[in-house]
Amino acid sequence: MSADLPRADELGLIGCHVCGLVCRDTGAEHAHCPRCHSSLHRRKTASYSRTWALLIAAFIFYIPANVLPIMRTASVGDIDDNTILSGVIELWVKGSPDLAVIVFTASIMVPVLKFLALVTLLWSSHRASPWARRQRSKLYRLVELIGYWSMLDVFVVALLTALVQFGVLSLVEPLPGVVFFGLTVVLTMFASMSFDPRLIWDGRESDD
Amino acid sequence: MTSPDPASTRMAEQQPLLICEHCDTVYRRRELCCGEVARCLRCDAILERHHRLGVGGMFALVVTAMLVFVQANVWPIVTLGLNGQLISTTLWGAIIMMWREHSQIVSVLAAATLFFFPLCKMSLLGWVLFFAQRGQRAPGFRQAMVALHRVGPWTMSEVFVLGALVAIVKARVYFDVILNPGIFAYAALTLLITVFASIDLRRLWELVPETPA
Ligand SMILES: [Zn+2]
Repeated sequence: MSADLPRADELGLIGCHVCGLVCRDTGAEHAHCPRCHSSLHRRKTASYSRTWALLIAAFIFYIPANVLPIMRTASVGDIDDNTILSGVIELWVKGSPDLAVIVFTASIMVPVLKFLALVTLLWSSHRASPWARRQRSKLYRLVELIGYWSMLDVFVVALLTALVQFGVLSLVEPLPGVVFFGLTVVLTMFASMSFDPRLIWDGRESDD
Repeated sequence: MTSPDPASTRMAEQQPLLICEHCDTVYRRRELCCGEVARCLRCDAILERHHRLGVGGMFALVVTAMLVFVQANVWPIVTLGLNGQLISTTLWGAIIMMWREHSQIVSVLAAATLFFFPLCKMSLLGWVLFFAQRGQRAPGFRQAMVALHRVGPWTMSEVFVLGALVAIVKARVYFDVILNPGIFAYAALTLLITVFASIDLRRLWELVPETPA
């Protein structure tokens, strides 16, 4: 059914990435959108290499983000360094399993799924695979939609740090893991932005 | 040749065409009825949706969001009580504390995604809509629209509300926790931002005709 729908590329048209205006593809090297003056591209520039680079960088940061503790809670002589995972376990044990599930989903599942999803998208699109294109498109939109929820733990640490300034009885201190985690989230967001979902549909010769 | 011939690029503009952002499929545009959503046949992405809110409604929404935003930032979010001592924090309290505790990157991230980007988004949108209401293009309309497009994904107020909830539960273990108006303002802001998100900004390009310079 979708095979006979015309694509902009075949009709010599370009949709502006920024304002959506339909422009004629003049084949010029540095064309600009007449409406918003952003540069016009058939596809996002160097989508594969940029997405791979950002994704690999994000993955490298993701290791210390999980291994290093993100927060120290200290109460009367009792120092407790929490990593993301141990924070989730603590939340579970201390009686809010529903929130523990939310934090686990946002901080551990979402980033891991995002890595897997983007690698799948990059790999399959690079091979011009016709496999499950519609589902892959949906997967990309899901990645874009859920990506930033991973900032959850970063905000939790920031708020707790600010709140607990008593010093005498107990204190909360941010530890380096939270920095790596924040950077992982930002880098994965950049990675999903630099991926061009049109590549999913760019077959080698024909469309289907 | 460095830029396309304006005459030939504009020819395409005259035809009511629409390109799916996600798969490059070209459609002929059709006016949508109330509440209708146009989806791409190829990839199922949303192409366009009809919005009940007119320009005036959107402007009112932005103004409301700005008022709520001021309150969310001025009022404390939560108060902790311990042995009769009370301590509370605002969003900026948290940001400044992170900066002092040697997590400058986190504090910059929080300030940008929770304060500067949302502020930017609301002011630009407010500016553009204020003029659009009178059928005019705001000065700097083009720059404002491009900036809005870029800032889009970087506002995270709704994540912050959930984060505050988790922080409150964690703090409950050690302290008495009192919720302050700030957190409710944030919750309201989250609702408003969700409505914003469904507004198709690109429609504004067509809604406000270009005024000859
Ligand atoms: Zn599509």
